[in-house]
Amino acid sequence: MTVDTNLHNTPLADAHVALGAKMVGFGGWNMPLQYESILAEWEHNRKTASLFDCSHMGEFMIKGDAKESGLDRIVTQPITDMPLNSCRYGAMLNDNGGVIDDLIVYRKGPQDWMIVVNAANIEKNARHFRAHLNAGTYFEDASFKTAKLDLQGPQSRDVLKVLVPGIAKLSYYTFDQFQLSGIPCLISRTGYTGELGFEIYCPWEKCKEIWQTILTHATVKPTGLGVRDVLRVEMCYSLYGHELDETVSPLEAGLDKFIDGHKDFIGAKAVSARPVRRTIGYFTSTSRKSPRAGNRIFDAGNQEIGIVTSGTFSPALQAGIGIGFMDRHSKDAGIEIFFGDEKNKAAAIVAKRPFYKNGSLKS
Amino acid sequence: MGMEIEENFLYTKEHEWVSIEDNIATMGITDYAQEALGDVTYVELPEEESEVEQFEQFVSVESVKAASDIYAPMAGKVTEVNRKLEDTPALINKDCYGKGWIAKIEVRDMDESTNLMSAEEYRNYLDSLH
Repeated sequence: MTVDTNLHNTPLADAHVALGAKMVGFGGWNMPLQYESILAEWEHNRKTASLFDCSHMGEFMIKGDAKESGLDRIVTQPITDMPLNSCRYGAMLNDNGGVIDDLIVYRKGPQDWMIVVNAANIEKNARHFRAHLNAGTYFEDASFKTAKLDLQGPQSRDVLKVLVPGIAKLSYYTFDQFQLSGIPCLISRTGYTGELGFEIYCPWEKCKEIWQTILTHATVKPTGLGVRDVLRVEMCYSLYGHELDETVSPLEAGLDKFIDGHKDFIGAKAVSARPVRRTIGYFTSTSRKSPRAGNRIFDAGNQEIGIVTSGTFSPALQAGIGIGFMDRHSKDAGIEIFFGDEKNKAAAIVAKRPFYKNGSLKS
Repeated sequence: MGMEIEENFLYTKEHEWVSIEDNIATMGITDYAQEALGDVTYVELPEEESEVEQFEQFVSVESVKAASDIYAPMAGKVTEVNRKLEDTPALINKDCYGKGWIAKIEVRDMDESTNLMSAEEYRNYLDSLH
């Protein structure tokens, strides 16, 4: 096995290799792609409970009043009305209204916040926060001392409540502080799979202990980033670098719901001034052939109408599924489209989100 | 890594295998290839009766995460394709040298087999990749 020394390692890199994982570089990190077959890992996650190492993701700690600190201006979602111990999804934008990153805000106290961001964007995000938070606001990039494990799947609560009885009371998009085997953890009922699940934030040096403790449970299997991508595409969740980047407006990317139209966040004016010529759309292949990122999208008249941003085979639908930017008049459900290139096209039908409708997310 | 190799088959550098009986070459992808691809989810089969050249791309095999081109190990006419792969592409993962065969080609020029590797040569070739 070759190890790319330019990649960061999570506290579990050795544990992944010992478990037989195929490792890949992702967002600057050495991460497990899969431990067994992706289809087997999909089945396990959708039916029982799977454990993901997401320690590569970034965590920023901010202390201050939402408005006075400048935090409220940096993020697109409303935060001043957030109840304590709740989470809220949104984004932060550049001056042109492009997406710097999507993120989740955790309200730990009246003036105590945690912001969770994508691994590949940690450094540029930290620079953006430091540049735009008001002087005197406490800011810490805690990404390299905060590990994160995601336990996801319909049986995740049954598994975790044995170790942490208090988690049974967590409702969707809330969190609290707990002890897991005597280790202080912040656990939220959030995830990226469409299943009931929890994200466990713990001290970097204690991560392996928690990983091993959860894996001793007979129903839990370790799971890699390969299936994580399949699960998120089945749920039509955006992935930075695919559906989102600094040139994409959040309105094009379908993030309308996560934007507070009443507040003056950075990029707000640019977003409302920008014409929305294309929007994100979803489609199901009429065969097992899968669309791939970069494929072009054509209408029935062979006119090019868009580009695929994410595509995969869906084990749930037993067909290819895709997400892409499409001419906004061509994305009504039921319309026939084609994906591929000039020479080789395959048929698909525009679909409504999500592709996977039987998830245990809110059970 | 302990990849399975069939002793009497011939191999390409792109990890296709071929088994020649009379003038019919049955072909598929090797254990190394199926392992590298992971779960096969779709096989775009060639047209029966179509003519292919040696090392011409004529099949596409997709896994959950990617699509890979498959090349004809010998030139000739495609006489039969494995239609079972349309509904059960996982046969390639389960039995790549048997039930997971992809196509049969009526060989045009038997001398082209000298461009292929023996089992021993392929084993050495795999070792050289690691």
